[in-house]
Amino acid sequence: MNYPLETAALVIGTFLALLGAAYAHDSLFAAHMWVLFLTLGISSIVMLRRVSFAPVGAPRAVPAKSEYFDEVIKYGTIATVFWGVVGFLVGVVVAMQLAFPDLNIEPWLNFGRTRPLHTSAVIFAFGGNALIATSFYVVQRTCRARLFGGNLGWFVFWGYQLFIVMAATGYLLGITQGKEYAEPEWYVDIWLTIVWVAYLVVFLGTIFMRKEPHIYVANWFYLAFIVTIAMLHIVNNLAIPVSFLGIKSYSAFSGVQDALTQWWYGHNAVGFFLTAGFLGMMYYFIPKQVNRPVYSYRLSIIHFWALIFMYIWAGPHHLHYTALPDWAQTLGMVFSIMLWMPSWGGMINGLMTLSGAWDRIRTDPIVRMMVMAVAFYGMATFEGPMMSVKAVNSLSHYTDWTIGHVHSGALGWNGMITFGAIYFLVPKLWNRKRLYSLQLVNWHFWLATLGIVLYAAVMWVAGIQQGLMWREYDDQGFLVYSFAETVAAMFPYYLMRALGGLMFLAGALLMAFNVTMTILGHERQERTPGVAPAGLQPAE
Amino acid sequence: METYTALRQFADSWGLLAMTLFFAGVILFTLRPGSKSHADDAAQIPLKED
Repeated sequence: MNYPLETAALVIGTFLALLGAAYAHDSLFAAHMWVLFLTLGISSIVMLRRVSFAPVGAPRAVPAKSEYFDEVIKYGTIATVFWGVVGFLVGVVVAMQLAFPDLNIEPWLNFGRTRPLHTSAVIFAFGGNALIATSFYVVQRTCRARLFGGNLGWFVFWGYQLFIVMAATGYLLGITQGKEYAEPEWYVDIWLTIVWVAYLVVFLGTIFMRKEPHIYVANWFYLAFIVTIAMLHIVNNLAIPVSFLGIKSYSAFSGVQDALTQWWYGHNAVGFFLTAGFLGMMYYFIPKQVNRPVYSYRLSIIHFWALIFMYIWAGPHHLHYTALPDWAQTLGMVFSIMLWMPSWGGMINGLMTLSGAWDRIRTDPIVRMMVMAVAFYGMATFEGPMMSVKAVNSLSHYTDWTIGHVHSGALGWNGMITFGAIYFLVPKLWNRKRLYSLQLVNWHFWLATLGIVLYAAVMWVAGIQQGLMWREYDDQGFLVYSFAETVAAMFPYYLMRALGGLMFLAGALLMAFNVTMTILGHERQERTPGVAPAGLQPAE
Repeated sequence: METYTALRQFADSWGLLAMTLFFAGVILFTLRPGSKSHADDAAQIPLKED
């Protein structure tokens, strides 16, 4: 298939990037535009080489319009695995940098630059690709309609990869607006907005064209995720650029308003990106994998409305004991505690979907992975409200406890449910009878689970020790420990944490191997778990 | 009146009331008598094909 318009747009984009590099206001913008020039230039060459010069009227392979648009989902699945491995690898690197400061290689690989690389690679590259790919899969199946907008789906996928490349290279160059999870500067933000609107059009268009009268609940969660992320991204990134061809911009808000906007964004990125979107996955892939309907459909609807009504108010708990007015802090705390109910309602709904099929946990490592994901969802959504209580927060805030909390959520819940979805999707998308190896899935499950447990447990101990050391006074009223002493005390925990991360990474590498072999069409000869090996007779 | 004060007053009066009523309405509608069979049908959607 030829893509004349798309190729032309790429060539023009390449030229504009060159102009941007030539007329840049500062050297960082020039460097970033060279990255863009190279990326778009290589893409243009690839596109030009794919042009088919078949004579007019010659039959060309045109995919049937009635089929599902699965090609982009295949790319999305591979991208999810790839960015997952990259993100976890950078995570292990930053963990080692914390333990051994000599590993901070100036200027590009300082912790200050690799840390946002890690968080964005895992949340936005790994998680984002997983959400885009699975939402495209789920919305087509549950609406029984082809993805709306033709090649717009391709634009969403490749446009999002370009955003990832620009964001990641920007961090390493030192381009940041200093907002956690919203580090990219204004021009990258504008690009993401364009891609995201296209994503919304594709998703909503498919829902409008549906042949199934009811909109299945997974789509509600996905839609809430897409719409809310658009709103959060636009408002939090309202900024005035200093120069049209420069990196620097200033936020439209200042002081405590800026802080509250940032954490309204930051917490709802957790609530709608990492929770609502992934719940969409849970409500589709768990019923599919165990072949049973969701335990209570009405509970899932209440879960949905309660979650979106409450999450949006929880952000201020990131600003306890700051200049934020007390009433706003208390509001954030109260809503965080109320969130416990819908979260656990959803967790119970996900787990009880297995009722009558509990044996699948023993026999099917993919189900086991999904169940572990939901269990970690329950664990993290219990810990979160607890940590939002002001008295607890005064101990836990700014310590490694917070890091442990986000990792049991991100690795345990988001990671495991995504792995489960990938293991479900790959044989389906590539028309394979089964995965290359279920035993490798089992290995992945145990490496990931033990890695997370080690990580989270170590960070609990480290965080509580850190918090207690910071607040320790002697009988004269002086602080007992200097800050550097509390840092030095963390060394053994940081090593163990890196080991936990390494185990998780090793599991992800097994998944990458397993997925690759499945795509290549291999099947490993192995005993299916839970099934007696052939030749054995039951005892009479 | 200042914009902030006006918005704040609207938010903690009519805005709050409207959202609470909408939320309560959604819950009641979801649990209305006779909704169970409809919900059970909807729950089967993912299992219908492939």
